Amino acid sequence: MNAQNPSINRRTEAYTLICGMEVHAELKTASKMFCGCTNNPFFAEKPNTHTCPVCLGMPGGLPVANKTAIEWTIKLGLALGCDINLFSKFDRKHYFYPDLPKGYQISQYDIPFCTGGAVETSHGPVRLTRIHLEEDTAKMIHATLDGEKVSMIDHNRAGVPLVEIVSEPDVTSPAQAAEYGRNLREIMRYLEIADCDMEQGGMRLEANISLQSTEQAERGQLPEYKVEVKNINSFRFLENAISHEVERQGEVLDTGVLPAQETRGYNSTKDITFTQRAKEDAADYRYMPDPDLPPFQFAQSQIKEWQHQLPELPGSVRTRWSDTYGLNNQALKMLVVNAEQTAWLDSVFALAEKQGILPKKIAAALVNKQLEINPESTPESVLKTYQKQTASSSVDAQQLSTTIQKILTQHPDAVAKYQAGETQVLGFFMGQAMRVVGNNADAGQVRVEIERQLKQL
Amino acid sequence: MLNTLTLKKAHQAIKSKDISINELITKCTEVSQSKNNDINAYTYIKEDANFQEQSNTKISGIPLAIKDNFCTKDMPTTASSKVLESFIPPFDSSVTQKLRSSGAVLIGKTNMDAWAHGSSTETSDFDVTKNPRNTDYLPGGSSGGSAAAVAADMCIAALGTETAGSIRQPASWCGIVGLKPTYGRVSRYGIVAMASSTDSPGPMTKTVEDSAILLNAIAGHDPLDATTSPQATPDFTASLQKPIKDMRIGYIYHNLAEFEETKSRFEEQLKVLEDLGATVEPAPTFDPHYAIGVYTIVQRGEVSSNLARYTGIRYGGDRSHFGDEAKRRIMLGTYTLSKGYAEQYYTHANKVRTLFMRDFQELFERYDALVSLSSPGFAKKRGASEGQAMFGELEDMLLEPSSICGLPGVSVPCYRDETTNLFLGMNITTPWWKEGRAIQIADAFERATRWNTWRNKQ
Repeated sequence: MNAQNPSINRRTEAYTLICGMEVHAELKTASKMFCGCTNNPFFAEKPNTHTCPVCLGMPGGLPVANKTAIEWTIKLGLALGCDINLFSKFDRKHYFYPDLPKGYQISQYDIPFCTGGAVETSHGPVRLTRIHLEEDTAKMIHATLDGEKVSMIDHNRAGVPLVEIVSEPDVTSPAQAAEYGRNLREIMRYLEIADCDMEQGGMRLEANISLQSTEQAERGQLPEYKVEVKNINSFRFLENAISHEVERQGEVLDTGVLPAQETRGYNSTKDITFTQRAKEDAADYRYMPDPDLPPFQFAQSQIKEWQHQLPELPGSVRTRWSDTYGLNNQALKMLVVNAEQTAWLDSVFALAEKQGILPKKIAAALVNKQLEINPESTPESVLKTYQKQTASSSVDAQQLSTTIQKILTQHPDAVAKYQAGETQVLGFFMGQAMRVVGNNADAGQVRVEIERQLKQL
Repeated sequence: MLNTLTLKKAHQAIKSKDISINELITKCTEVSQSKNNDINAYTYIKEDANFQEQSNTKISGIPLAIKDNFCTKDMPTTASSKVLESFIPPFDSSVTQKLRSSGAVLIGKTNMDAWAHGSSTETSDFDVTKNPRNTDYLPGGSSGGSAAAVAADMCIAALGTETAGSIRQPASWCGIVGLKPTYGRVSRYGIVAMASSTDSPGPMTKTVEDSAILLNAIAGHDPLDATTSPQATPDFTASLQKPIKDMRIGYIYHNLAEFEETKSRFEEQLKVLEDLGATVEPAPTFDPHYAIGVYTIVQRGEVSSNLARYTGIRYGGDRSHFGDEAKRRIMLGTYTLSKGYAEQYYTHANKVRTLFMRDFQELFERYDALVSLSSPGFAKKRGASEGQAMFGELEDMLLEPSSICGLPGVSVPCYRDETTNLFLGMNITTPWWKEGRAIQIADAFERATRWNTWRNKQ
């Protein structure tokens, strides 16, 4: 964009980004949301193989809710600090599209499983409006067969459990939006409820974007319009799409016009958003409680039990490892992946401390791939490997003394530098010495000897 | 005349080897084929219906007629709509599957109001069914084909479905027995949905005893239908031939204007119950006219939703094949569910529905059962439903309050007009899950009166 143009610079300062997120993620339950079909839409051998009368929307097909999917949705809500509705239900959301076999989607309308809660980001928390559970649609494939353009429908994805996480318009920058998405993905993976494969469409992002003028901000008013950018399948694209919208909407607002209320798509090749569907009025989905699915009444004790079953979440693990073991950001990023690995590393770190080895060093070895991350292996064997790798053969003191003496004599310039206060040449001597005595030598022992001899000169 | 046997007698004859199953099937199929040109009870008669699974049940080898909204993998399933004219389901409904595995023989699919919308069978896209008792008259509906097939001995027994009256009203008009089970007693899986919150499949038979036998065969929890009850199914035949002495029976809807013409004949029949030792007294209820409003709104809303899948994309004809009645219901239902109106109509109707449930709860604190006519009057002449958008709702008015509450009921013949050969039916409604008690009263009444044409051959 034209950063040279001073008017644009002025303009962007004059508006605040108001952005709320809608994230869809497919749950990785064994079976689909409302039937017994295998839930494996991306790896089916052929289209329309994981299907039955229910997910094909045949006459007489009836849904039966997948209890695991409900449990996971509520656990996600608990992990994000949501309130859980003890009474909840499924509703029918009606609209016509060829990928929707029944003419309605089973979703949740006014009483979702979870409300409230927040996702923490480094830019501050993003509050959640709700989390609800619904069924995914079939997949449309547009192709040319025998020279004829055809649209085909693959129902392997129809009826896959899908959680929708809706946020408040708390996102204030494109970077925060991306971080929000990444954190959500991390938590879902951590809970082992979703793979969130972005490329396959296992996690889909939507941003509701508008700009607030300084005057509106002062009066505490929200913008009078909203632009929805849909079906974004990478965090980088999300960031780009929002940045593009900030520019585009700013330009429109500068001309004194309100940007159109509409749904836009994002073209990653051109890095632009484009109009998909003008949204004059809110669509009327004619929501009604699904009479095929009795409503749910959860006991408080059940919710407590699920809360109790939650693993320690990645944010908390990172803080704890950073505080207790001094792990750096790079190590935390690589090591905090899922609950199983965390539990395994906790036992490795604990044993390391017991054996007088700094967990930080173990972490570094894991990051550098000197040690293998393998929760199958016992902490004992991991530490044994580590010790073997790092076992420093102490060098014969006489031999070391002679070697260093020789090096110092060969490099009078470096010695002079050291004596002049340039202590960093110590590294040079270390390198020279280690090359002679071997990399397995105890570096501490070598360093002490060099320093001793230098001081005596 | 093998086809005129009741289910019970046919079973006994098979068991004692007095008749062969194949003879029985052939006879029923032949009679069905010859009578169907006139009666049009069936939309499809199976050419090669034969007995396959030997089974030690009371319905083994029994030829049954199945309403055409049950999915059957060997026969077309049209719900009497041209939209599904060419549809042969790849699966069986849970109920037909149960019947087959108990050895029953499904000999054909019966005509109905298209999508079960109506109480005359006149909205069928495949011609109206005639009332076998008097072919100038309607059989009622929506399970009119099943009622006619039973009345005309074109099968041994049949299955229907009822949303509010669709089993009991045609049973009443055709002079047979119809049993609507408690909502959730019998699985809806594989039945073309009409109003999902009230649809109840049930038996349509020659005697109350036959209904009890058939209900035993189809009742029970189905893991494929989340609205079926997990509770155990009792043996409904245990309620047969039991005294009804000291039963407290409430006589409901006795003050309705719609009911003047038939009132005295019906009240005459209530004396039979008293003679059997029951006490019968008028019981005031909520005005059933309110139930028409509630039922119409709830049912039309669910209809508009359930028919949304018939787009012509996956199977069957497109939307242009919908008849006028379906279109009317889709439009009304779409309207009552739309934003700004749903609160006023659909949500409100469901609140009134709850009030009806409370009314029945209170009534059942005082009475063991409630009785009324099944339909306010005799069968109407053919053509009566034309131009009458609310035809069914008025004919089913006496059954709609209990149906929207999911209550069970049995309709048993309780009067026959000598001149027209047309019947009235008595509806016996009992508390939720107490089908056995309704069977007990209906069976006692049937045995004590001369109205059942199979028990009392003239």
